[in-house]
Amino acid sequence: MITHHLSDNLLMAYSAGSLPEAFNLVVATHISVCDECRARLASFDALGGALLDEDTVAMGADSLANVMARIKSEAPTAKPAAPGRDAVLPAPLVDAIGGGLNHVQWRAVGGGVRQAILKTSDKASARLLHIPAGAAVPDHGHHGLELTLVLQGAFRDEDAVFKRGDVEIATEETQHTPIAEPGLDCICLAATDAPLKFRAILPRLAQPFLRI
Amino acid sequence: MVLRRVAEAQDSTAFAALFAHFGPRVKAYLMKSGADATTAEECAQDVMVTVWRKAAQFDPTRASAATWIFTIARNRRIDMLRRDRRPEPEDLPWGPEAEPDQEDALALQQETAQLAAALRTLPEAQRSMIERAYFNELSHSEIADATGLPLGTIKSRIRLALERLRHSLS
Repeated sequence: MITHHLSDNLLMAYSAGSLPEAFNLVVATHISVCDECRARLASFDALGGALLDEDTVAMGADSLANVMARIKSEAPTAKPAAPGRDAVLPAPLVDAIGGGLNHVQWRAVGGGVRQAILKTSDKASARLLHIPAGAAVPDHGHHGLELTLVLQGAFRDEDAVFKRGDVEIATEETQHTPIAEPGLDCICLAATDAPLKFRAILPRLAQPFLRI
Repeated sequence: MVLRRVAEAQDSTAFAALFAHFGPRVKAYLMKSGADATTAEECAQDVMVTVWRKAAQFDPTRASAATWIFTIARNRRIDMLRRDRRPEPEDLPWGPEAEPDQEDALALQQETAQLAAALRTLPEAQRSMIERAYFNELSHSEIADATGLPLGTIKSRIRLALERLRHSLS
């Protein structure tokens, strides 16, 4: 049961197509496992449809003829093969990684935590985090916006528990110390549009090398 | 449904009617999103080619024709800008193609019409905020900060659509 959902603002921006790629990935991955947000997104798409219906600019005189000629002559481009399934990673992530969880190239970042940076546009960054059960995610505050989506296990901060499918939306004001729950190791997808600022001196020194 | 005639009968007369209605709307959308007239014309033609090819995937119980074509136009615009990829959610296993339920399709059509009507009755300032969000004059952080965005006002309409869509998803 998912209890932490995407905000209206994020769904609207995803529907409009104005989010950085890293946030698009989080939204698409959350919706893959959340029917409620899938339906809310459809409502925002309906708003886009209503706006589309309002204004017109005349098409060229030979437009329809061009389109009909293309429909008759061009072979439709083959659909790319559907990505393999993965028990933990929904399809948008399997696509982004080029395979399932066993294809992820993890790097240790200290405290038993591992991460893998995903390739996205540079307006925001996305990475997978693997946090051993019971271990702390390094204490940090945020610049800008950070989305953290749980894919396996769970983590807890001062206010709430986040389980598979839950997304935490953290802003400049959020100061917290998330800890992975006992049991399964916690795997998350995290995206941010600014570098994280760590409180402890060592992680801060390491930041440029870790690209986080 | 015009789109179903295109899908099932490859009906080019039905498609011409669809083209006459939506071509100019897609072109206007692309121009408002920043494309020049030539690029918008080319991309609008691409969108209409895609509409023909994907017509069989259109499901009138899940979206209106305008909504479905909006998503195709938006995706074409994102490709055109070549900046931020926008992965799609994993598709649900919708099951074998059944004849869409007429009653569901009609109800969705009515709710979509009510949403459009609600949009038209918004105060000009609020309406223009929504337009700017969809025509990409607002970044996502500006959308988050936009206090003039009448999400509360349009929510009752959106909630109606949500109930309907929930029903179709279950």
